[in-house]
Formats: sequence, structure tokens, C-alpha cells
Amino acid sequence: MDEQDSTQGIPIPEGAADLIDTDYMIGQDNIEGQLGPFGFDVHNPVFLVSGLSIVAFVFYALALPEQAGSVFGWLRPWLTSTFDWFFLGAANIFVVFCLFLIVSPWGAVRLGGKEAKPDYSYMGWFAMLFAAGMGIGLMFFGVLEPVYHMAISEPLGVASPIAEDGTIIPENVEAARNMGLAATIYHWGLHPWAIYAIVALALALFTFNKGLPLTIRSAFYPIFGEAIWGWVGHVIDILAVFATLFGLATSLGFGAQQANAGLEHIFGIPNTITVQVLLITVITAVALGSVLRGLDGGVKVLSEINMAIAALLLVFVLLAGPTATIFADFISGLGAYATSIVPLSNPFGREDTSYMQGWTAFYWAWWISWSPFVGMFIARVSRGRTVREFIICVLLIPSLVCVLWMAVFGGVAIDQVLSDPTASSVKAYVIDSYVPELSLFAMLEGLPLATITSVIGIILVIVFFVTSSDSGSLVIDTITAGGKVDAPLPQRVFWCTFEGAVAIVLLVGGGLGALQAMVISTGLPFTAVLLLMCWATLRGLMSEAR
Amino acid sequence: MFSNIMVPVDLRHLDRVSTSLQVAADLARLYSARVCYVGVASAEPSDLGHRPEEVAALLSGFAKAEADRHGHRGTSHLVINHDPTTELDKALHDTVEQIGADLVVMATHVPNVTDYIWASHGGTLALHSRVSVMLVRG
Repeated sequence: MDEQDSTQGIPIPEGAADLIDTDYMIGQDNIEGQLGPFGFDVHNPVFLVSGLSIVAFVFYALALPEQAGSVFGWLRPWLTSTFDWFFLGAANIFVVFCLFLIVSPWGAVRLGGKEAKPDYSYMGWFAMLFAAGMGIGLMFFGVLEPVYHMAISEPLGVASPIAEDGTIIPENVEAARNMGLAATIYHWGLHPWAIYAIVALALALFTFNKGLPLTIRSAFYPIFGEAIWGWVGHVIDILAVFATLFGLATSLGFGAQQANAGLEHIFGIPNTITVQVLLITVITAVALGSVLRGLDGGVKVLSEINMAIAALLLVFVLLAGPTATIFADFISGLGAYATSIVPLSNPFGREDTSYMQGWTAFYWAWWISWSPFVGMFIARVSRGRTVREFIICVLLIPSLVCVLWMAVFGGVAIDQVLSDPTASSVKAYVIDSYVPELSLFAMLEGLPLATITSVIGIILVIVFFVTSSDSGSLVIDTITAGGKVDAPLPQRVFWCTFEGAVAIVLLVGGGLGALQAMVISTGLPFTAVLLLMCWATLRGLMSEAR
Repeated sequence: MFSNIMVPVDLRHLDRVSTSLQVAADLARLYSARVCYVGVASAEPSDLGHRPEEVAALLSGFAKAEADRHGHRGTSHLVINHDPTTELDKALHDTVEQIGADLVVMATHVPNVTDYIWASHGGTLALHSRVSVMLVRG
């Protein structure tokens, strides 16, 4: 009697799938051994080259801070102003491609084989999607962006309702309010999730249906063929590790600054490097615990807890704020998004360059540079879904939740600004002076139980960082182990600790901004890579059983 | 005394488990017990195979070869787990109950400093399992 079985209700995939016939054996380029008492199993040369080049770049940023600052400080605005059309155009293609897949016959293809069953329930799955990719952004930008776009950036030329002297211009209010929400939803809706969906779908397809290792290079098999096991693939994987680690480390540094600003605002805890280093250490330690507990015991549990707390905060703000106005904002914001999405996505002939280049192109580059990490994580937890179900769930449902979040947090903040501009803390921190890290706490200040909700806000910021950090460490470990998901545990510990250490070094020595700008600049080559990925995915889907 | 012996194996490191395999086979003959060789793998492609079915076939072939070699009843049982690196202990613990094993024979490493940080899989299973666990230094 031979048996196959599973723990925690994971079924064995069955049924037809079109495996790629390759001579490459997963792990064949790996170096396996012992370093003292610790075992390791790493890909040669991806692990070494990415590790060393990360150290080299950190040294560069520390040794020549001014030069690094000026090079990367110049690079970012140059990229977003020169290639704005490319970022906007590509993001539009990704959305159209995803929508096309939903209605196409390939929507019926199941990831993991025709008979595969989903690994995770909808709740666990959604929680992990959010927590890895966007949670922290929702906390940071949920208040800032709607207010900023309503009052300052003037998307599509919609005039601000706030005059120079701070008074309200009544005739501008309705249009600006709707545009503030629509322009924010545009950055958090279909387009970013389409970027994640493309990468995640490609990786899931080539891993679960084609039998290739779970690593970024696998998605390019239809284009490069066997060459992906050579330097072409090494470069793709190294770039992905690079963008993921620096993206996480710099975000961790900035997140510590935000949490510290919040702690200072509420409790008067001094805003110093020491406190921030302590915060990073705590975040890294909790992430380490989560990594050690694994995907189900750590990452998933933390993600679910986080989503539950976030949902509670959302409901509280909804009920404590002007509930009827928020619902009206939700509907009108959604309507404004639907009517403005085409002009907002237009890459050519725009006059609102501060919005289009300063925000949209920047966001697209940012989402794209994060897409290898978030996409790979989404792929790993999405086995068993059909392509149609996958895209609807990854694209449409998170977009709707983001709309709700922005309507609630942004709607309350806008209401505070417009109903009493002189007393509004949000106006003080977003419009009068630009202190974005305090915008969330400023909005909560205008509601009852502000101290409690602000503490919850800080906890959420920290835990969202933990869930990004632990899932990021899993992803980096998998890529640098050549697609092996069961590499020795010390490797995960190494990457999680390394990420925290890089964040601390950059925070103390300076250079967070420079390296974050560099990460964003990786968005440009990755945009081209993602366009190729669409083609490769289509090729891959064509040969699958439907 | 024993009728169903569970033997966890990592097909990648068979060289490290030869002693425990021999012990399990000897005990199986002594008690006329069935030996169930248990593997834990993820659903993702690995160096053992592109799909879980391939890994299951490898494990099944290994069990048959062991049974032929030692003259006992050999079966195999593949556990698919999301994250074998961190969830191996729980997977093995659950499998003991699932297959109704009354003895586990398992290879384990000579203790070293890492055991202070991460307990060995065999040690953890012995600590938590209701059935007898025999750890064989490999």
C-alpha cells in the first residue's frame, strides 16, 4: 500500500498540466554544506553575488553619502519624468491583460493542475495578499494622499478647494473632494494589483503547472529557453533579490521613523536614532520569530491578526466619523474613479505633471520594483486557484478593499479639513506643513479615543512591517536557494537579520533615501521584464489544459 | 510488540540514515511489523521532482526496494506541507497518528551547539509523541 496524504487539508494536485521538459534539476547549481554547526544550501552564484553586491552598495552609500545622494537623488526624478509615459502605458497594458485573461478561455486553467484544490481559505489568502504587499502603505498614505490630491496636486487640473489664505472655496469642494479620492484610488486600485497579479500568475504557472523552480527566472522560459539557467537567469534573480532586500530595508528604516514620530506625537518619546534602531531591532526580532514559525504558523497567523486589527480600526473610524458622509464618499469616490480612470491613465499630453510624474509614475516604479517580492509570495500561496479566480481575487477584491479604506480614512480626513480648516491637525500636517508620517495620527486626533486608536495605529504600522519583513525573507531565501523552498532554516534567519542590519546601518550612517531611490530605479528595467512576462504567461497558458 | 513502524526519510540524504534503516528493518523482521517510510515535501517543484506525484513515486520505489532487500512489508507515505523547513516536526507528529504507527525509528544527528537554538526533529518528536520513538545516531 502506498499512500500520499497531506497535513492541514492540502490536497495533492492531480490532473493534466503541461510540464516543461528540461534537463535542469532544481538545486543542481547549489552549494550544500556546513558552516560550523549550521547547514546551508545556496544557489551559486545568485546567493554570493547578491549578498556581496548588497554589502558593496551599503558601503558606497555610507562611504560617499553625498555622491550617492546626488546620483540617486537625480536618478529618481529623471526616471519618473523621462519615462512617465512608459510606466503609465505599461501599467495600462497590465490591467488590460489581466481583464482579458478573466474573460478569455485561459481563465479556466487551474494553477497546480486541473484537479488541484486551493491550499488556503479565502480569508487566510486575502490576509497574506494584503499584509505582504500593501498594508503598510495603507497606513501611511490612507490619510495623506486623499487630502494632498484634493488640496495640492490638482490631478487633471481639478482646482483646490482651499485658497491661499486657508479659506474654503465652496464651488470647488465637490469636484476636488471626488478627485482627491479618485486620484488616490487610482494608485491603490486596479493598476498596482495588476502589476502584482502579472508576476504572481507567471510564477505560479511556471512553478505549479510547468514544474520549474519557484524563482523569478522561471517565468522567462518561453522567451529564453534553457538559457535561463545561465547568466540571463542569474541576473534576473540577483536583481530581484537586490530590489527586495533594499526595498524592505529602506522601508523598514522609514517605517521606524514613522513609528517613532507617532510615539513622540502621542507619548513624547524622543524622536532619535537610538529609538529608531530599537524599533528596527524589535521589528526584526518579531519577524525572525515569525520566519522561524514558518508560513502557516508565523506569516499567516500574523497576517490574519493584522488584518483583524486593521478591520477593527476601519470599523471604528467608520462609526466614529461621519458615517453617512463616508458611505457617500465611497460611492462618489468609486464613481469618480470609474469616470476618471481613463484620463488619469493617459500617458500623453498631460498638464498635471506634478501628479502624473511626482506621484503616478513614482508609484508605478515603486510597485514594479516590489513586484518580484510580492508576486512571488502571492504565487506561493495561490496554488489551486483557476486563473480567472486568481485574477478576480488578486485584482478586483483588494482594489475594492483599498477603495473602502481610502474612502473611510481619506473621507474622514477630508471632512475634517473642509468642515473646520483652522482646527484641523490634518490640514496642519499635510497642507500647511508637510509631515506625512503624522497624517494618520492627526486624523485620529479628531475622533474619540484618539490615544487608544493612535496606539493601535502604531502597532499596525509595526506589525505590517513584520509581515512584509518575514514574507520578504522567505522570498529572498527561496530565490537565493535556486527555487528550493525547503532550504536550511539558518538561511532564513540570515536574510531576516541581514535585512534588519542593513536598515540599521543605513539609518545610522545615512543613505536610506539614496538607496530607496536606487530601488525605485530598478522599476524601469523590471517594467520591460514584466511586459515580457505577459507574453511568456500567455504562451505558457496556451498549452495548458482548460 | 510493534506492528506498524514509521521511518521518516529524507531521500536526499539516504547516506545519513543507513543505520536507522537497518535497525528499522531488523525490528520489523523481529516483530513481523509493517514499515512505513514517510517523506515530507512541499507542493513546489524540488530537486526530488517537478510535482508531488514524482516525489511520491520515488518514495514508493525506495520503500519497495527496502522491502525487497530486507524481506519485510514496506509501504510509503508522502506528506505534502506548505513549509517543510519549519513545519516538519508537526507534520511528523500528525503522521504518527494518521498512519497508526506504534513505533518511530528515526535517524538523528550527534548533538551540537545548534541544538540549543533549534531542537532536533527526532528529539522534538520523542518529546511530544505518545508512541515509542527510537532515535538512531547516524
